[in-house]
Amino acid sequence: MSNYLLALRPFEFFFMQYKRVWRGTAITSVVTPIVYLLALGVGLGVFVDRSADLPDGISYLEFVAPGLMAATAMQLATFESSWPVLSAIKWDRQYHAMLATPLRVRDVLLGHQSFVAARLLVTSTVYLVVITAFGAVESPLGILAIPVAALVGLSFSAPIAAWAAHTQTEVSFVAIFRFVILPMFLFSGTFFPITSLPAPLELIAYLTPLWHGVTLCRELTLGEVELWSGLLHLGYLLAFTAVGLALARMTYRRRLVV
Amino acid sequence: MADQNGNPLIRARNLVKRFGELVAVDAIDFDLQRGEAFGFLGPNGAGKTSTMRMIGCVSPVTDGTLSVFGLDPARDGAKIRARLGVVPQQDTLDMDLTVRENIIIYGRYFGLSRKQLGIRADELLEFVELTERANDKVEPLSGGMKRRLTIARSLINDPEVMLLDEPTTGLDPQARHVVWDRLYRLKRQGVTLLLTTHYMDEAEQLCDRLVVMDKGKIVAEGSPRELIGRYSTREVVELRFDDSRPDDFGYWTEGLVSRVESLPDRVLLYTDDGDAASHGLHERGLVPESVLVRRSTLEDVFLHLTGRTLIE
Repeated sequence: MSNYLLALRPFEFFFMQYKRVWRGTAITSVVTPIVYLLALGVGLGVFVDRSADLPDGISYLEFVAPGLMAATAMQLATFESSWPVLSAIKWDRQYHAMLATPLRVRDVLLGHQSFVAARLLVTSTVYLVVITAFGAVESPLGILAIPVAALVGLSFSAPIAAWAAHTQTEVSFVAIFRFVILPMFLFSGTFFPITSLPAPLELIAYLTPLWHGVTLCRELTLGEVELWSGLLHLGYLLAFTAVGLALARMTYRRRLVV
Repeated sequence: MADQNGNPLIRARNLVKRFGELVAVDAIDFDLQRGEAFGFLGPNGAGKTSTMRMIGCVSPVTDGTLSVFGLDPARDGAKIRARLGVVPQQDTLDMDLTVRENIIIYGRYFGLSRKQLGIRADELLEFVELTERANDKVEPLSGGMKRRLTIARSLINDPEVMLLDEPTTGLDPQARHVVWDRLYRLKRQGVTLLLTTHYMDEAEQLCDRLVVMDKGKIVAEGSPRELIGRYSTREVVELRFDDSRPDDFGYWTEGLVSRVESLPDRVLLYTDDGDAASHGLHERGLVPESVLVRRSTLEDVFLHLTGRTLIE
C-alpha cells in the first residue's frame, strides 16, 4: 500500500466523529456567510458605495464577499487544528490509539490535516454558492476560489497543528485567536484595501498568508486574475502550508514518540 | 513453546530506556515464549510502562537490544504493531463514538474491511459482555466497561501477543474480577499475555511467570509459587499495635520466626507455621492489638527484595 494511503485511516476516524455533529456545522456554514453578507455587503456596503471609490468600479459586496470567504476558511482551520489536535494528544488521546496500530506519526498528521482540508473544501463550496446567490461573483473563474480558500485554511492549520502538538495547555489557543487571527481578519485586506493602512502595517499585511488568499480569491471571483501574481499568491500559501507541515511533523514526533 | 526456529516471541537484552537524566529501564533481560502469561510486577515508577511502550513500538529503545517476533522495533514498528493487541494504562477510547464504532474504527486502523469488522465486533462485544451497550456512547460507561471495551478493541486484529499495562488499575473489586475472568479465558485459548501490574493478586492469578521490577531493574524472576518459595516463608503473621508497640522485635521473636519486617502500620513475622509463632509470642507475653496469620504472597516477596511495599 502506498505510503500516503495509510493517512486515509485516521481520516476515516475524524470523518466518523464528524458525522455525529455535521448538522450543526452545516447550518453554521450556511448561516455565517448570509449574516456577514447582509450586514457588511448589503448594509454597510450601501454607505461605502456612496462615498468611496473602489478599484474598477466594483461594489463593496463584490469586494468584501471573497475576502470573507478566505477569512472564514482561516478561522475554521485554526479552530480545527488547535483544540482537536491537543485533545487527540492529551485529553481523549485518539492519536495514541492510532499509534498502537500499524499507523505511523506521519499517517496520523496527514490523516488529520486531510480531514481539515475536506472540511475546508466543503465549507468554502457552501460559501461560494451563497455569495454567488448574493450576486457577488462576476466570473466563472470564481469556482477556483474554493480550492484557494481551502489552501488559505491549510496555510494556517498546518502551523497551528505544529503549535498544538508542542504546547502543554490550551491557554495559548485563545491568545492565538485574539492576537493573531482576529487582527489578521480585520487588517489583511478583507474589509478594506491594505493600501489604506499606515506603511509599516501595510508591509506586515503583505506578509500574512491571509492577504495573499484574500487577494487571490477576490481576483478570481472578479475575473481579474493575472497569471504571475496569481502564481505568487498561490506559491506563498503553499510554502506556508509546506513549512507548517514540516514543523508539525517535528512537533508531533517529539510529543508522540517518547 | 517457541516459534518454528525455537526463538522466543519477545527477547530483550540489556534493554535501557532513558528520559534525559532519568533511567526508567536499566539494562533488563527477559524472554517471552508463545502461549505463556508473563508479568512485570512492581510499584509505580519501576519502569514497567516504559518497557511495555518499547515492546509496543511506540517508544524508541535507548540502548540494548529488543526483538519482537524476531523483528526490530526501530525498523519494523508498523509490522510488529500489526500483530500486537495493546491495552494501554490510560484509556484511548473515543468518547463521542459508540461502543461498536470504537471497535470498528480501531479495526480500520489495521486495514481490515468493514464487512469483516462488523461480524468480528459483534463477537468481541459478546465476549466482553457489552452487546447491550453496543450502540451507546462510550462516555457514560463505567470504568470496568471501558476497560472491557479496550480489551475487546485490542483483540480486533487477532493479536499474537496482548500487551496489558495495568489492566485493572482504578477498577472496583467486582469489575476487576470480571476483567480477570476474560483475561483468564483468553489465556486458556492460548493467547500470549504480557502484563504489568502493581497488584500482587493480579500477578498471582494471571501470570505463569513473572519478573519483579524495582527502580528500572529486574530483581527476581520465576513463577509466583517459585518466587514465594524462594524469597518468603509459607506463612506470615501480621501484628498491629495501638500505642504499646515494642521497639525490639528481635528479642520477642528470637527463635520463633525466620524474619521480621517492621512497617509503619504493622509488623510482619515470616515463618512456616504462623499459628505456632503467634502462640509462642503470646506465651512470652507480647499482646498486640490484632494478630492475623496468612499465607505468603508476592507482596512479601517484593518487600523482602526491596524493603518496600508495592502500593505506597
